[in-house]
Amino acid sequence: MSTREAVRPGGGWETPDVGPGGASAAGSDTRRAGRDVRAARRRRRPGRRPPLRARLRRDWPLLVMVAPAAALLLVFHYVPTLGNVVAFQDYNPYAGDSPLQAFLASPWIGFGNFEALFSDPAFWDAFWNTLSITAFQLVFYFPLPIALAIVLNGILSARLRAFVQSVVYLPHFFSWVLVVTFFVQMFGGAGLLAQTLRDAGLQPWDIMSNPDTFVVLVTAEAVWKDAGWGAVVFLAALSTIDPHLYEAAAVDGAGRWRRLWHVTLPGLRPVIVLLLILRLGDALSVGFEQFLLQRDAVGRQAAEVLDTFVYHQGITTGNYGYGAAAGLFKAVVGLVLILAANRIAHALGERGVYSRS
Amino acid sequence: MTVTRRTTAGAGARRGRSRRPAWEEPPSVVGQVARGGLLTGVVLAVLLPLWVVVVTSLASRETIDEAGGLVLVPREIDVSAYVTIFSGGQVTRALWISALVTTVGTAVSVTLTVLAAYGLSRPGSVAHRGLLLYFLLTFLVYPGMVPSYLVVTGLGLKDSLWALILPSAISVFNLVVLRAFFQNIPGDLLDSARIDGAGEFRILARIVLPLSRAVIAVVALFYAVGYWNVWFTALLYIDDNARFPSQRVLQSFILAGQSPNTSGLVGAAMPPTLAIKMAVVVVTVAPVVLVYPFVQRHFVKGVIVGAVRG
Repeated sequence: MSTREAVRPGGGWETPDVGPGGASAAGSDTRRAGRDVRAARRRRRPGRRPPLRARLRRDWPLLVMVAPAAALLLVFHYVPTLGNVVAFQDYNPYAGDSPLQAFLASPWIGFGNFEALFSDPAFWDAFWNTLSITAFQLVFYFPLPIALAIVLNGILSARLRAFVQSVVYLPHFFSWVLVVTFFVQMFGGAGLLAQTLRDAGLQPWDIMSNPDTFVVLVTAEAVWKDAGWGAVVFLAALSTIDPHLYEAAAVDGAGRWRRLWHVTLPGLRPVIVLLLILRLGDALSVGFEQFLLQRDAVGRQAAEVLDTFVYHQGITTGNYGYGAAAGLFKAVVGLVLILAANRIAHALGERGVYSRS
Repeated sequence: MTVTRRTTAGAGARRGRSRRPAWEEPPSVVGQVARGGLLTGVVLAVLLPLWVVVVTSLASRETIDEAGGLVLVPREIDVSAYVTIFSGGQVTRALWISALVTTVGTAVSVTLTVLAAYGLSRPGSVAHRGLLLYFLLTFLVYPGMVPSYLVVTGLGLKDSLWALILPSAISVFNLVVLRAFFQNIPGDLLDSARIDGAGEFRILARIVLPLSRAVIAVVALFYAVGYWNVWFTALLYIDDNARFPSQRVLQSFILAGQSPNTSGLVGAAMPPTLAIKMAVVVVTVAPVVLVYPFVQRHFVKGVIVGAVRG
């Protein structure tokens, strides 16, 4: 239908004066247009919708548009999600010519992988590493974008602010390979800091390969890369605070800090709660590439997190069912966490993540 | 709001003068100094590493030896490191691979995301709620690494560059941002086109797209950066080092400490290894830094829409 209209000369939205009798094909077109108008009018009345066939005739182009993206998600998102059932298999990649055949041929072993997983000290190391890094970053990373946004918001010169914003957003777009490279160049054994210290006759120390301070290092890297970008959301929220509130507070005698405490922070509260929920729901994800890249430098004890555990168990050593079990554990716990966090937010009277629709 | 504030500043009636409201007390000296110092520190923390890397990549052997490593102050411009990495060999090839993956991947992703976002922008259309749920549910349930690996290799994509594109071609976050933007386009505009007989594809191409250039530019940047930065997916699926993208090569040179395999110059004519390494860093980061300023000014609008709706 639309192809016919596309080739019809002079048709389409540019010429609104194509009326009845204006073109040879106008008869059927006006009828169609009339139907659309009627459909639109009917849509406005709640409760009554045109029959499915009519809606299908009207909406099929929309379905065609959604189809390719939906198909990609089906193949690369939902099929693998269902594929998590290999966690209940003793998956043997050599049992068939393709992963699918191997999947069909591999024996089911119930919760065997999970039993092995929960008695594996390496798994619990990775689990506690992940949680402690999350906890550390909750304290030393999470507040920084908020603070940065408040400072940026206080810059009065629009041009200076635009410049600083551009600069602090930039590292967000660097890959982890680059970020780690920059840190190695700055703080590594042959880096700029070590060089400067050596020139000054001091003993350089290498934080890049020290497992004890690894959590500080990864947090510093995360701050460098993403704290600036994290401020975007808070800046947006700050700009929605009514300036009259500040004026009223100032007139009432509130100083800078009191206004921050009684106007700014309450204004940011919904966003802070929202991001806190998202972070808690994601407590078992602390990043992946960042840790994989530095695992060799600081060792497994410090740098193994759940995601790298899945990678090494599941793919490097070829223990697919076992790795999938660890991955599934993480996904299920993550889902429970986010639902719980959202429920808590609702209980606190906040909007939460998905209250709408 | 930020946008309005910016435009008022851009209108420039009182450019450069502070617009401190009358009720606000003048800033204290200590406060000013603290804030200035803080901002300078933040900006330097981002720019200093970039500066050092660029300067070192352009330094001669003598300068590097004298500095004992990385160079802070440029003394001359010596492009031999760049000549070396661009004279064929692994780095040149990797850059081409990355450029190819980024171009094709971004084109595929933006096209499919725009189509899907528009297709989902009409509440009340057939299967609208179900489809929307289908897309949004990807935020809550997600496949693990192992099943994804099995599916991608099962489809025969091992060592194919499509393995770097197809699995991550649709970002539902970007889709939600675009959809929110499309829904803000006045419905009367679309309705009038529809009454004139325009089909949905035509409406999308002739009305919606011209109105959404800014937000599409931002989404395209997000996708392009993702493809340019692809590292782990390449580690998983690409074993053939003739098909390594640039991040993979960067990682093997700098972090895994392999020496750059560059055909061409040998022996004494070879520029210092450190300069070559830093040149690899520079060419890997350069596209991001060069494209970024053109898209950055659209961030505020694009991201705010996403943040408010998402």
